[in-house]
Amino acid sequence: MTDRQFHPETLAIHAGQIPDAATGARALPIYQTSSFVFDSAEHAASLFNLQTFGNVYSRLSNPTVAVLEERVAALEGGRAAVASASGMAAETMALMTILQSGDHVVAAGALYGGSVTLLATSLAKFGIETTFVDATKPEAFAAAMRPNTRAVYAESLGNPSMVVLDIAAVADVAHAHGVPLIIDNTVPSPLLCNPLALGADIVVHSATKYLAGHGTTLGGVVVEGGKFPWDNGKFPGMTEPSQGYHGVKFYETFGDFGFTMRCRMESLRVFGAALSPTSAWQILQGVETLPLRMHKHCENALGVAKFLQADPRVAWVNYPGLADHPQHALMQRQMRGASGLLSFGVKGGLAQGVKFIESAQFMSHLVNIGDTRTLISHPASTTHRQLDEAQQLAAGVPPDMVRISVGLENLDDILWDIDQALDKASR
Amino acid sequence: MHNDLHALRRILKSCPTIAVVGLSAEWHRPSYFAAKYMQSHGFKIVPVNPRYAGGQVLGETCYASLSDIPFKVDMVDVFRRSEDVLPIAEQAVQIGAQCLWQQLGVANREADALARQAGMDSVTNRCVKIEHARLFGGLNWVGVNTGIISARRLV
Repeated sequence: MTDRQFHPETLAIHAGQIPDAATGARALPIYQTSSFVFDSAEHAASLFNLQTFGNVYSRLSNPTVAVLEERVAALEGGRAAVASASGMAAETMALMTILQSGDHVVAAGALYGGSVTLLATSLAKFGIETTFVDATKPEAFAAAMRPNTRAVYAESLGNPSMVVLDIAAVADVAHAHGVPLIIDNTVPSPLLCNPLALGADIVVHSATKYLAGHGTTLGGVVVEGGKFPWDNGKFPGMTEPSQGYHGVKFYETFGDFGFTMRCRMESLRVFGAALSPTSAWQILQGVETLPLRMHKHCENALGVAKFLQADPRVAWVNYPGLADHPQHALMQRQMRGASGLLSFGVKGGLAQGVKFIESAQFMSHLVNIGDTRTLISHPASTTHRQLDEAQQLAAGVPPDMVRISVGLENLDDILWDIDQALDKASR
Repeated sequence: MHNDLHALRRILKSCPTIAVVGLSAEWHRPSYFAAKYMQSHGFKIVPVNPRYAGGQVLGETCYASLSDIPFKVDMVDVFRRSEDVLPIAEQAVQIGAQCLWQQLGVANREADALARQAGMDSVTNRCVKIEHARLFGGLNWVGVNTGIISARRLV
């Protein structure tokens, strides 16, 4: 008898959580504890040596957080995952686990602003250099590869550039150079896109967005695909005795989840950006309805995009779900929907865009995405403010761009609010 | 075999004595990790390694080869290079073991076929410790996708 391949709707509710071994509780208990007792000194030693599985301290692992880790791993079709206090923490841990001073990264230019700052400024301080390339051109990634390149980093769907990455093509480039492809899959969520199945090796999420889904809770997740050959000679930290953890050889000992174990023991344990059990529980409440919500986000976003496209007060609309979008075919090939995020420009430019944002009645002016509420923002003055104008344009952020994260309100009501705000902006 | 949860559960429940071929006495080696884990979960571990024959590893007498073991073993768990597994499989058949288990990174197809022909269970390229923790609890605590969807507690 072979095991059934369960669908995402079932995994979103069940993966990682079976009834509690101690109590039989059906819903997930919140293990709000910093630490866990040892049965004996021998048990403690075995746990510290990783010779048995168990919990020691909630900065390393926690049974409530572990459910979120396994659930996102299952939804992504991954081998294992590790959660973190935020999406930025997840991204930082994924990179810091495999990179060291002297290494080089090739990254998409069209990235979330915080990711650009991490790569261009923060990691540069530690001697890790990044080359940013045009995310629409796999050959640009190939041209930027160097002998010391150790990772390729990109977003499956760019925030807020809406650039769709040809994941399979960029994965081929990375693998031809023996390095992993790391994908930020926050905007599509695992429901709409599974980069691991397209050849990516590691996926990171800001769980704050669609996974949690209600604008309440920060969190992040790093997922490992389990297929990357870490023993190809380029990653001695995966194959040699760990300086950071008792001489353990992570790849030899843990095989296809060796990266996750190393990320947990050398990055999460040391940098300390652990997710609170209560936050993990709140994010999981959101994950249970992810499939229902994502379909509605996509439906509403397409409705908004079509409305804006037909409106004479609007200069341009960028939503890969539109049939005439230059990347529509690629989006359809590797995604099950274009998500709830889109951007547009109000005719007249920056001043009219700002007026639009300030004229909204229930659309919220703030810098988050993936909420039940419709959110609007002006990236050039907020999320991408730290970048100069050239960097902003490289990140796909023109000065007049308005970003909308389309929520789950009634579509006609959303269109009504957009219409009245456009009216005021265009006066 | 990896995804046949029922077969793996049956194998692990019906093999209380495990001969570990190639067991190292060094604490940071994967074979020591796995054997120590299985021992702490109630399995009797029988070390097989000519380097320590006559001595003890993990508090158990070590034998030079499978045929030297003076009692019945249920599973032969192999921590050797794939190309060295076939003679071990032949001995496993001779001593009447029920299961040949080739560890993570070990996968000799001839040995696998030989064990199956002899009516044994055969698992390749999996870690006995990881599969036990996946099926009976523990692996889920380190974020591994166990593939288990169930409304029953782990027993």
